[in-house]
Amino acid sequence: MEQVAISCRNLRKRYGQKAAVDGIDLTVPAGSCQGLLGPNGAGKTTTVEMLEGLSDPTEGAIELFGVAWKTGQDQRLRERIGVQLQETQLADKLHVDEVLTLFRSFYPSGRRPEELLELLDLTEHRHQQYCRLSGGQKQRVAVACALVGSPDLLFLDEPTTGLDPRARQALWGVVTDFRAKGGTVLLTTHYMEEAAALCDDIAILDHGKVIARGTPRELVDGLGDVQFLDFELATELNEAQFSAAPFVRGINRKGKRYRLTLDRSLGSLRQVLEFLEAQAAVPIGLSAHQATLDDVFMRLTGRELSAETIDASGPKADPANSGKSNNESNHA
Amino acid sequence: MREPEAASSAMWELTKMRLREFYREKGIIFWVFVFPLLMAIGLGIAFRTRPAERPRIAVVAEAGGALANALLESPRLSAELKDATTARRELAHAKVDLIVELTAAQPSYIFDPALDKAPVAKMVVDSVLQQAAGRRDPLVTRDVTETHQGSRYIDFLIPGLIGMNLMGTSMWGVGYNLVLARKRRLLRRFAVTPMNRANFLLSYFFSRVLFLVLEISVLVLFGRLLFGSIVQGGLLTLIVVGFLGAASFAGISLLIGARIENTESANGWMNLVQLPMWVLSGTFFSYERFPEWLHLPIRFLPLTALNDALRAVFNDGASLVGCASQLLVLGLWGATGFLVALRTFRWQ
Repeated sequence: MEQVAISCRNLRKRYGQKAAVDGIDLTVPAGSCQGLLGPNGAGKTTTVEMLEGLSDPTEGAIELFGVAWKTGQDQRLRERIGVQLQETQLADKLHVDEVLTLFRSFYPSGRRPEELLELLDLTEHRHQQYCRLSGGQKQRVAVACALVGSPDLLFLDEPTTGLDPRARQALWGVVTDFRAKGGTVLLTTHYMEEAAALCDDIAILDHGKVIARGTPRELVDGLGDVQFLDFELATELNEAQFSAAPFVRGINRKGKRYRLTLDRSLGSLRQVLEFLEAQAAVPIGLSAHQATLDDVFMRLTGRELSAETIDASGPKADPANSGKSNNESNHA
Repeated sequence: MREPEAASSAMWELTKMRLREFYREKGIIFWVFVFPLLMAIGLGIAFRTRPAERPRIAVVAEAGGALANALLESPRLSAELKDATTARRELAHAKVDLIVELTAAQPSYIFDPALDKAPVAKMVVDSVLQQAAGRRDPLVTRDVTETHQGSRYIDFLIPGLIGMNLMGTSMWGVGYNLVLARKRRLLRRFAVTPMNRANFLLSYFFSRVLFLVLEISVLVLFGRLLFGSIVQGGLLTLIVVGFLGAASFAGISLLIGARIENTESANGWMNLVQLPMWVLSGTFFSYERFPEWLHLPIRFLPLTALNDALRAVFNDGASLVGCASQLLVLGLWGATGFLVALRTFRWQ
């Protein structure tokens, strides 16, 4: 098996004047899971489609397992990749097992459809027409189709969008299982906790560029030793006085809700509480959380990732992810 | 992890997909099988062959005259005695073809020369009157009557309906279906698999062949049972002609489906291509009715070629060689469409 599954250099895609992907370099070792993270329109899908050989880059070079597209080996490459595309509608009138049998027939070797139905918890729906499935079930069929050719490299483009938490957990299990057998995964997502749970390495994309790269741990640690405090106040907070405190790295406010970035090397939760008490401010619903990838994205772009990519069916595991203001005032 | 088991052939699986999409869609079954039948029933009844109608005439005369009686009793006429006013009104409403006035010394025929039936009515009336007046024909003739299979309207119609149906199913089943698959991003999903792309397009042809055998059989059987229409030529010949026609339209519609991304414009193109041929290509009436100079261009339309070939086999018992020129026209359309489509086809 090759050492490197994906490598691309200076990858660019322009549509007219607009650069959807603006110079991306990526090397994904075989057997690892690479995450591409970013808001909608960051260039994730465009990047993935170029890697899959679906669209040609305007500039740059791509190799999968050391082989470039359009060098007469496309067929061989396609046998080695499994793809789940965003927003694909498979054949409406086919039953779930028929869809899988159809896709299986394209590959010289692969997995039995029944086995995949079992794996993705679709066995009871196997005789149902595709068009009658729920969004989450369709999504799982799409993932099953990506796995049916026993790929060495799996492309998953927002695979858990629209899945309920249980189905999402199950899908994470499938990915983990695939990797345990030596498979390589390229995953795009806008769920930070998904990237944190699955990926060895994450590239954060914004406006077609990689703005940060590293393991989930490294990215979070890059924020320093910080903690986040969320609370509500009935009374007005004297912000100027508060932010003058050395341990306060930032204050976000939306109405009565505050989020405080606390530098733990300079102060503790207790000091914050004392500070509030001194102002006769009583915090309601106080909660503290460690830095997450959401905070990383916020720090990098000044925008909240989840606020831009609110997905009605996508529950947020972390309550701190939702509905916050963007009027960050950094005091570094 | 990899199981090198014998998977079913992709070609067969793709063809099965087409067939399933087809028979699981109830609307399609109606348009392909039921609609042409209803059309055949409706038109077959409206234009059924009736015994030649006798001229209807009004006789304006004193009752009991010898000439008037000759007209009223003649089996060649449907004549009634009427007063002058009623007779005029009925002529104006085309309820009678001609009025015979016997009130003056010289009989007169009153008719509208623009009406088709008037000259015939006049000839018959005149002949009856002349004979009643004592004319003896110098030449004695006799009538020999024969009825030919294939001369009835329904015999003309059924091959035309088969042709029109094959055009419709091929156009929608191939071109529109491809546009839909592109719009739903199914094409791009297939494009990232090692699926053989020629197989994919061929699966459309194979499923079309299987279905056209059904389409043709239903209409042929139906025409036979309900109207007694008999295929004079070989049934297999009819199916081969039908296949060439379907393949030809598949090629043309592949061209339409090669690039279009949205179903609305696909819809428009489908109708733009098909509508003129419904009118021009002799499905419901012979294109001989159009001016002479239009006949040649009309014969180069694929539906005309298909209809003419189907009719030749159906009604005249022609062989494949007998309709070679029409088959050539079909082949040219199909091959051109297919070749151009292959060069321009977009998977996304």
